[in-house]
Amino acid sequence: MTHDVVIVGGGPAGLSAARRLAVSGIRDVVVLERESEAGGIPRHCGHTGFGIGQFLALPMTGPTYARRLVEATHGIEIRTRATVTAIQPGGRVHVTDPETGPTIVTGRCVLLATGIRETPRSARLVSGARPWGVTTTGALQQFVYLKHAKPFSRIVVVGTELVSFSALLTARHAGITVAAMLEEGERITARRPGDWIARRVFGVPVLTRTKLVAIRGLDRVEGVELERAGHRETIACDGVVFTGRFQPETAILRGSSITLDPGTGGPAIDQYFRCSDLQIFAAGNLLRPVETSGLCWAEGRVVAANMILSLQSKLPEATPAVPVTYAAPLKYVYPQRITGEMGVAGPMPPLRARVSRAARGRLRLLVDGRELWSHRVKLLPERRITIPTDRLPPVGAQSIHVELIED
Amino acid sequence: MIYDVAIIGAGTVGCAIFRRLCLGGARTILLEKGADILCGASKGNSAMLHTGYDGMPDSLELACVRAGYAEYMEIHRHLNLPLLETGGLLVAWNEAEAARLPAILAEAQRNGLTDVYDIDAAELRRREPHLGPDALAAVVIPGEHIIDPWSPSLAYVLQGIAHRGEVRRRCAVTGGDRMATGWRLATSSGAVEAGIVVNAAGNYGDLVEAIARPSPFHVRPRKGQFVVFDKPAARLIRSSILPVPTERTKGVMVVRTAFGNLIVGPTAEDQDDRADASVDAAQLAALIDKGCRILPTLAQETVTATYAGLRPATQFKDYQIEALPDRNWITVGGIRSTGLTGALGIAQHVAGLYTRHFGQLATNQPPIWTTVPNIAEHLPRPYQQPGYGEIVCHCELVTRTEIESALAGPLPAGDLGGLKRRTRCMMGRCQGFYCSARVTELAAGRLSDLPAGKAA
Repeated sequence: MTHDVVIVGGGPAGLSAARRLAVSGIRDVVVLERESEAGGIPRHCGHTGFGIGQFLALPMTGPTYARRLVEATHGIEIRTRATVTAIQPGGRVHVTDPETGPTIVTGRCVLLATGIRETPRSARLVSGARPWGVTTTGALQQFVYLKHAKPFSRIVVVGTELVSFSALLTARHAGITVAAMLEEGERITARRPGDWIARRVFGVPVLTRTKLVAIRGLDRVEGVELERAGHRETIACDGVVFTGRFQPETAILRGSSITLDPGTGGPAIDQYFRCSDLQIFAAGNLLRPVETSGLCWAEGRVVAANMILSLQSKLPEATPAVPVTYAAPLKYVYPQRITGEMGVAGPMPPLRARVSRAARGRLRLLVDGRELWSHRVKLLPERRITIPTDRLPPVGAQSIHVELIED
Repeated sequence: MIYDVAIIGAGTVGCAIFRRLCLGGARTILLEKGADILCGASKGNSAMLHTGYDGMPDSLELACVRAGYAEYMEIHRHLNLPLLETGGLLVAWNEAEAARLPAILAEAQRNGLTDVYDIDAAELRRREPHLGPDALAAVVIPGEHIIDPWSPSLAYVLQGIAHRGEVRRRCAVTGGDRMATGWRLATSSGAVEAGIVVNAAGNYGDLVEAIARPSPFHVRPRKGQFVVFDKPAARLIRSSILPVPTERTKGVMVVRTAFGNLIVGPTAEDQDDRADASVDAAQLAALIDKGCRILPTLAQETVTATYAGLRPATQFKDYQIEALPDRNWITVGGIRSTGLTGALGIAQHVAGLYTRHFGQLATNQPPIWTTVPNIAEHLPRPYQQPGYGEIVCHCELVTRTEIESALAGPLPAGDLGGLKRRTRCMMGRCQGFYCSARVTELAAGRLSDLPAGKAA
């Protein structure tokens, strides 16, 4: 069966694209969602702050936002419990479904919007025992908000990204004590007030320059061993929550021909959000770790408009394409390439980037070696960096490079 | 009820002996102190079906490995157990190692492997194009294969149960008294009387042995850490990549798993603790480093999991298996890293000791073939069939039906570890980010180690 658009993943990006397609009159669209409810990560973010600027309403909780996203798709078919196992050229999406088993659904365009997950303990190579009770924010949220369970009574939270503070909110909601929040760096990764809020509002000690040395316990977590200022200490707890260090959920792309960018960990895209296979589009946090649901939602709208142009054969061919290059301490820049003549099909999105460490200096955009734009910046890890593209020449560039001249 | 035999320890060896004795008609009970089978040394094995190419000539270990290999080949289809036919390549990475290959080849031939041969660097590269540039030559061991590390033991126990065997978990043997008819074992769940006791207590083997006699061997667990890479990494090799062994260990190998992953390991670290299978960040990093020297493109692959196993090493190189006719006791100790393959052979050997010293075993009884669900990636899985209901674990594509069956039947999972070993749930790349809450919900009230507390 061939559809105009097959959307893989029913989170903010996928559902926003579905809505936009429906509103534009493209109704032969199917959303494939592997969970039993669409909505994505917000389904289990029980705290408020979602939907700002997207719906004519006050900020809402994640689950409410997830429901609103689904309602707003105007009757586009959302197949839940449909697990995509592979993507093949020609827009062929291998999907397995509880009733039918494996089938192939084909899209004239396919949108990948499979989102992200946190890096678990194993991939961080943390020392110590492997008892029950070592988890991630996402799993903790599902226990608390979806299953109304209280899996722990006292946890240690590892990391200080924005999501780490979400873990604090989740713990408070469930009545779980947070024994400490750990950060290896000198300051927390999220914005400063987070630190203050953690201490003052939640009464949680935020331990910076602190390394998690090992996890203790046989069957259940009994504590963590820390190293601070050259000293070892042990904190008793029955749960350890590893937060953040998001990575794009690219499992279904690994065996495919689609090019992945080692910098973002997601598929490499052009300015129209097209992957190396031009029939395949990508949007949302699959593109990179990690942005707000609001930005993912906005990307869904843009990618939907681009897919409509693609269906009308109004997007440029694969070549010519100019790669966007960058230098350390930048750890990624996307879109990773600019194809065809810029701006033929609507406005060019900005370049977005991240750094791997704190740095300050002058951020420059060079085209064919010539500086087109620069700005004095103070950059921190896990903060969005936006590079405007309105000064990029519409056609004919040979190289596009982003770099930071450090002070 | 007085049993003919009580086996202490439901590791892979205890499970295989249980099967063999039950098939022979002996009234057998399997006692396990953990909440489920395979929760000690056996849970962290490397899943290799060894040919015995490097076995010590004339050792009991070699005989058991060869016999165990042959029996696995005979029965695996009947029990629905997988066999991933990879073959092994024992690779030399420098001239000194290359110089040892002829001796390794000769030893393998002396050990009864008629199909081994050597290949040069060009042929090696043709077969394994992702190997690092220093690979010089290799010995090909066509029969060195991969199996599921856990399902075989489950299958052995289930077949034993079908033949009237009994299993008691959470049953720690704390002592024993000699009776006129055999033994009265004191356990954490009451006394168990049996004519013969088989000590298959793995890392606790010498402690259990002390019930019968001062233990002639001392267990000093050897820890082996492993790094499991995500499934895309498995495409990098076809065969198991084995190192030229040293005196102390087989060394670090890179092998595929029946679940479609790629593992690098093990380390070999002696320790006194019998339960602490901790992983260590520095050792794991060193393993990854080693793996990347063997397969340079491994550096771009992601780690799914890390684990460690404790192998029950003793001061002896060979297995410590003997019958003590005057004590109604059979000792099965010091089963090191070859236990998964050796188990069926050990069981044959123990059955031989039993009939020689203690009693008869039927040989003409037709076996009841009980099957286990397949969890290997290269064979059909439930999610590929219509009507499976729900995928709970997305990374490993585990269905709700699979989880529910693992929680039911004659030997339901006893704890979360047991459930994971039976289904692979929560063992994929996200390690439970997506499914741990759902799995816990499905298992609520059925696995004692799971929290059931509700939020206020």
